[in-house]
Amino acid sequence: MNGSLVGSYVVPVHPHPLLVPEQNEGWSRLRAAFDEARDAIKESGADLLIIYSTTWPSIIGHQIQADPNPQWTLVDQDFHDLGSMEYSFNIDAEFAEAWNEANHNRGLQSRTVAYHGFPIDVGSVVALKLLNPDNSIPAVIVSSNVYANRSETTVLAKACLDVIKGTGRKAVAVTAMSMSNRMFTEFIDPSEDRIHSLKDDEWNRKVLEFLEEGRLEDVAQLSRTIHQQIRVQKVVTFKPMWWLSAMNDNRNNLTGRVLAYEALHGAGGAVIQLNPTSSGKGDKEYDEDDVEYYKGERNVLDGGGDSIEIEAPSSSSTGPALWEPPEGKGAVNSDAAPKPVGMYPHARQVGDLLYLSGVGPRQPGTNAIPGGPIRDDEGNPIEYDIKAQTRAVVENIARILEEAGSSMDKIVDVTSFLVDMDRDFAGYNEVWAETLGHYGPTRTTLAIRALPTPIAVEMKVIAKI
Amino acid sequence: MAKGSIVAGCLAPHPPHLVYAENPPQNEPTSEGGWEQLRWGYERLRESLSKIDHDVLVLLSPHWQTYVGTHFLGIPHFEGLSVDPVFPNLFRYSYDMNIDVELSKAIHDKAKDSGLAVKMMENPDFRVDYGTITTGHMVNPAFDKPLVVISSNRSTHYYSVEVMQEMMMELGRVTREAIEESGKKAVILASNSLSHRHFTTESEVPEDMSKEHIASHAMHLWDMRIIDYMRTGQAQRILDEMPEFTEQAIAESDGGGLTWLLSTLSVPDYPAILHGYGTIIGTGNAIVEWPCHANKGDAQ
Ligand SMILES: [Fe+2]
Repeated sequence: MNGSLVGSYVVPVHPHPLLVPEQNEGWSRLRAAFDEARDAIKESGADLLIIYSTTWPSIIGHQIQADPNPQWTLVDQDFHDLGSMEYSFNIDAEFAEAWNEANHNRGLQSRTVAYHGFPIDVGSVVALKLLNPDNSIPAVIVSSNVYANRSETTVLAKACLDVIKGTGRKAVAVTAMSMSNRMFTEFIDPSEDRIHSLKDDEWNRKVLEFLEEGRLEDVAQLSRTIHQQIRVQKVVTFKPMWWLSAMNDNRNNLTGRVLAYEALHGAGGAVIQLNPTSSGKGDKEYDEDDVEYYKGERNVLDGGGDSIEIEAPSSSSTGPALWEPPEGKGAVNSDAAPKPVGMYPHARQVGDLLYLSGVGPRQPGTNAIPGGPIRDDEGNPIEYDIKAQTRAVVENIARILEEAGSSMDKIVDVTSFLVDMDRDFAGYNEVWAETLGHYGPTRTTLAIRALPTPIAVEMKVIAKI
Repeated sequence: MAKGSIVAGCLAPHPPHLVYAENPPQNEPTSEGGWEQLRWGYERLRESLSKIDHDVLVLLSPHWQTYVGTHFLGIPHFEGLSVDPVFPNLFRYSYDMNIDVELSKAIHDKAKDSGLAVKMMENPDFRVDYGTITTGHMVNPAFDKPLVVISSNRSTHYYSVEVMQEMMMELGRVTREAIEESGKKAVILASNSLSHRHFTTESEVPEDMSKEHIASHAMHLWDMRIIDYMRTGQAQRILDEMPEFTEQAIAESDGGGLTWLLSTLSVPDYPAILHGYGTIIGTGNAIVEWPCHANKGDAQ
């Protein structure tokens, strides 16, 4: 099946355009922009609306709404005097469950929620009531995790794309978010509404300029800076742009259009349309890691402990058991290198020569495979990145050498094993040239049928000490 | 009319886990218990409050978050279903509570006179936040005393802890004055935990106590330091260290509740009673009572 994202929208979260557009000209222009977006979504033939909402924070991973018909009357915590928002939505519970599972497959914490009376957040309610008033398009809503970093948020989008593609859906992605989110901290007359400060306004306009040029990934990469500059700290971050950009394959050449930009009690509210059609402009200056699997927290706090450790990555469940490396005569073992898959040391010293056991890309500690494993738990081949794997092998070699008192420049000879010479030689060779090639060891590269773990490359090294 | 007074001030945190663990009839999910240290702490607090005559509970909850001013529930009666948006698996609670609108309005008016941005919440469809309900339940599960419910202004994040403290000291002062003028006896409840770094995973059985511990050693040290100040009558030092504490322990005191509480008690220099301390998915929670009925001199 051939599903895809047919459009993306950014919409504001405050209830004014829904409840009282007539009280301020800017609010009514936002309302008109919502209406325009609603019509464009309908015309696009979309059969799924996906809302990522910054006004739904979560702590335990991400939550996905899975009640097929949630109903309630929402009153905003701040703007309760503007009226009540009665809702009854059409949620695609099946898609929600599939997304949840796809999240788990990619290493994310995630759960669906389907409880009567669950408080759907204001951003989602405003977006769904205005963009999909007749409920003709089924929707899903995902929370914004307060602790999620870029990799977690990126992987969340990739899991969503897995399901869109797998089910052949024509989806529209919506982020419910403010631009600058600083509001006036006093009550104001509707006629007095304006962006809280000139600085916020200038930053907003810069972000809108980027988006109008279709440079979504650039905005995503600037997201931390934008957050620092024009966002109330802690409340929510500018992370929806990470999600939205990943939903669009991290592209910078979308076709963008700002349908409206106005103040909402001082915050920046914009309705923006991003179309997947290429604008013809250059694509990326993409420099951050493109993450496929979420490897969990880095345990930066000193507590550590069971409950914040993630499960071992899926790659290990297909592989052999791990051993503590034995401490024989001349053996060199390193905690900074991955555990062996049999009873052998990481290296052994004989005279002034150091013989390393075959080194793969597995990460010490987590046992994760950079660039992804070459097959899934069922043994089906999956996409992986040979360059990332090769780089990880070289890094592991460097760690073992360092532990033994040797170094990269002392490597004498390398034997490399590839499981797919046709596919991988070029990528492997490229990384070699950037790394080990500089030190000039002799090299032999062999194609072999398999390696004991789901990896594509392994190297056998002899070095001087 | 006799002069009203604050008869006790309490730090009374609101993790929905505690309600879940008690299996009260109002809550839908059922549990096998858990977090007993804290629940026994609440038992001791309830026991203690049952011996003090009081008319009203005045509560500030960090989960009614308002960015534009400080708000007060302004309708006599609220009932409905509260589902925790973060832990809906644990907390789906049918609430039914009465509001002392007269006292709410009196505090509101005084706060307005002193220059704070304030608003009465008078929309009958409004859903009371789960922080208020959880603290309300743990202190008085029968909900047979009226409440005053005050929102948490987000000034810490808009400005700084210093600005928040300035506002909350003022709000605390006018709260005390309004109570005194009302002729009522009030218990003050600040509904917040201390250190506030959560785990980001939940165990299979949420009440599995073998998985529960503080998120990090640094968080523990901060919690113990603040509790020590409470137990030794050094409230001023808590206020002095509030910026560092709030930042480094990511403490829920960012919502202003603790500062407001200490201000209503005129920054107590007498020891508080620690009824209990425990962690909830890694966050530090203390149940603390300042028995000001026994320290009339200080509270007046
Ligand atoms: Fe809380």
